[in-house]
Amino acid sequence: MIAELGRAALWLAAALAILQLVAGALALTAKGSALAGAVRPVAVVQGLLALTAFGCLLYVFAVTDLSVKLVAMNSHSMKPLVFKVAGAWGNHEGSMLLWVTVMGMAGGFVALVERRLPEPTMLATLAGQAFVSLGFYAFLLLASNPFERLSPVPAEGNGLNPLLQDLGLAFHPPTLYLGYVGLSIAFSFAIGALVTREVGPAFARAMRPWVLGAWIFLTLGITAGSYWAYYELGWGGWWFWDPVENASLMPWLAATALLHSASVLAARNALRAWTIMLGVVAFSMSMIGTFLVRSGILTSVHAFAVDPQRGSFILVLLAIYIGGALLLFGLRAATVTEGERFALVSREGALVFNNVMLTAILGIVLFGTLYPLVAEAMGAKVSVGPPYFNPMGALFAVPMLVVLAIGPLLRWRQDSFGRIGRNLVIPAMLAVAATVVAFAIGGIALLPFLGLVLAVALAWASVLPLRGRNLRRTPLPTWGMVVAHFGVAVSLFGMSSESAFSVEKLVAIRVGEVAEVGPWGVKLDTIEPVAGPNWTALEGRLLVRYGPDGKVTRLLPQSRSFWAPPQQTSESALLTRWNGQLYAVLGGEAPGPDGQDRWQLRLWWKPFVPLIWAGGILIALGGVLALIGRVAADLKRIVARGKIAYRRERQGR
Amino acid sequence: MSQTNPKAPMWVLWLPLTLFLGFAGLAAYMLAHPADNTVDSKLVGKPMPTFNLPPALPGRPGLDSKVLANGKPHLVNIFASWCVPCRVEAPQLGELAKAGVPIEGISVRDTTENLQGFLQENGDPFQRVGADDDGKVQLALGSSGVPETYVVDGKGIIVYQHIGEIRPEHLGLLLDKLKDAAE
Repeated sequence: MIAELGRAALWLAAALAILQLVAGALALTAKGSALAGAVRPVAVVQGLLALTAFGCLLYVFAVTDLSVKLVAMNSHSMKPLVFKVAGAWGNHEGSMLLWVTVMGMAGGFVALVERRLPEPTMLATLAGQAFVSLGFYAFLLLASNPFERLSPVPAEGNGLNPLLQDLGLAFHPPTLYLGYVGLSIAFSFAIGALVTREVGPAFARAMRPWVLGAWIFLTLGITAGSYWAYYELGWGGWWFWDPVENASLMPWLAATALLHSASVLAARNALRAWTIMLGVVAFSMSMIGTFLVRSGILTSVHAFAVDPQRGSFILVLLAIYIGGALLLFGLRAATVTEGERFALVSREGALVFNNVMLTAILGIVLFGTLYPLVAEAMGAKVSVGPPYFNPMGALFAVPMLVVLAIGPLLRWRQDSFGRIGRNLVIPAMLAVAATVVAFAIGGIALLPFLGLVLAVALAWASVLPLRGRNLRRTPLPTWGMVVAHFGVAVSLFGMSSESAFSVEKLVAIRVGEVAEVGPWGVKLDTIEPVAGPNWTALEGRLLVRYGPDGKVTRLLPQSRSFWAPPQQTSESALLTRWNGQLYAVLGGEAPGPDGQDRWQLRLWWKPFVPLIWAGGILIALGGVLALIGRVAADLKRIVARGKIAYRRERQGR
Repeated sequence: MSQTNPKAPMWVLWLPLTLFLGFAGLAAYMLAHPADNTVDSKLVGKPMPTFNLPPALPGRPGLDSKVLANGKPHLVNIFASWCVPCRVEAPQLGELAKAGVPIEGISVRDTTENLQGFLQENGDPFQRVGADDDGKVQLALGSSGVPETYVVDGKGIIVYQHIGEIRPEHLGLLLDKLKDAAE
């Protein structure tokens, strides 16, 4: 019953999306202007219906209604409740429903609150949002119905992939989806602006909070995903340049560029066509990423939801949306390109540089992700990994980070290095000091070395924009910028330190023996069997000690066996200190010749590695501060306008 | 003063669309031609490694790799008495032997008694059986498990590597490969 309700809500939402598209488009013509009033309410109701459908899916998963095929395929009655609910989006159909839900809700939210732009632009925007939603509704209803029934009803479900049965991961996909799909708003805004040719500071100001919001979720989603891969997969790495990871990184790069170019457009009315372009590209990257991952044309290490049959459907959607938007861009952009002029050495100049570099990195990542496809079409098999991505990315990331240190200190329009030179003395000295220290330590590869030096200099330079300001009166968006840029430095330091100073050790030891890794002594104390709700495990008890006279701490890595579906996972154990993390993975048993069994242990000492994710959180926090600042300023303006209108009315004017 | 003018030339405006169309074309092609995930054996076209294995059974010669280059195609089968799939493929090997295919065996990490029992129970298609007691020849052949079967032509060049047990539906394929090797 609930499943049918969800399905009905989905069909209704699709019907309303058609109405929203038609009414929005007609309202732009002279004859159809009477329809304008319908567009916003329809958008809101459409969002609520999508939410209802998603609520129904959550319900059937929560009660494990095995008569629904999707539940039977992806859930199990013996799972903890939180993973039952998370199972709703841990599969293809459910995650696509989450996608349209977020899209409908975002459209409804925009319809409800966004009143700054001229109404025709808003109508075109909402029609555009409905147009994009419509394709995904069609995809859900025709090719991946999440509410399909199963007869006969099976006695038990197949269970959820054990790797996904992790609290962090339960909330990682929804976070990323809020980011991916939130960018659809920027896409629709860009289409709306292209249709009405209204590109200006007001447009940038209206679009910016939505982009910021999506970008915050993307940042958090990527950070969480990286940490999940780090501790759950037990490989000790935090980024693998896997297509799925690249699929999340590319929209983030585009959205980061968009945020910065939108600032230029809002403040100086320059970079008009470029900002529109990035608005289109950011969401296009979300869709392309989803397509690459879902269609199965790229082989990924963590492909959880692959279905080649559906690939063609998504490809057609992509061709219509991205192709259509880019066609519109080609036709219209020539009439919106002209913007204000600015000097090379200016805030705009630095932001343009940042944009070009981010776009170049995006191009590098996209090319590296697609190259195996191109090669395969030519008949060769290649896989592209860190040896390509790291140096090629760094080629553009290093100049970008240098400019990141300088750019925020520059004035709009025109400036000279002479004016800000003095401020940069300390960061430059820090960079020199870091170089000396790095050489003293020795044996550091070029990229981590550059990263360490830049991180130290950048950490100082990033807070310089606060210098000489009254900190209480500094606007929140400025604080946001400083915090985010500082986060970049922190994260960069973590990444560089991890790759420069990590110590790895693979040992096979008997119970009672001690292994050394970096400054740590690790004693294998016992191996005991333990049991969880849907798994059993061998748990190793390690007694670890930092330095010769450190406190002894217990560490409990497990080798888990899940039974629904049957799979082995290794639960790594982590010990975090202020200066890094000790990472332990329990491997298999190796029978010894003398009858005494040895246990494989994989140990890593990773100095300052938690800074990678701490930096990610700081970057997102910077976004939150900026968002609060922008929204508060908008609210203040609305209240002030209301007061003026009220006074005028009272005075009878 | 240097001024930057953000007005781009016309063709730049169409660049994104062009790139996207290129991507869409590639993706459409890849969807129409799904990836072939079979891994081709690196050994095909290479000569058999040189070895000289002692006899595994009393009264039956061991296996010298020189024998394989005697001008006639051979089937080399890596097997063991402790391997369950080897029992599954035994009837197929029997049929091939009946068809006149010379089959040479390499028994991996086995004992004479177990081997005799295995051949008694499942039939004995082998002309020669070499004892690879430490698995060195198996490693040299790039074989990761048992059973594996190699079609070797008259010059001792590997023509085909069959990984896993030979099932009834594979017989035609193997006979074709043997015919190719004879030419």
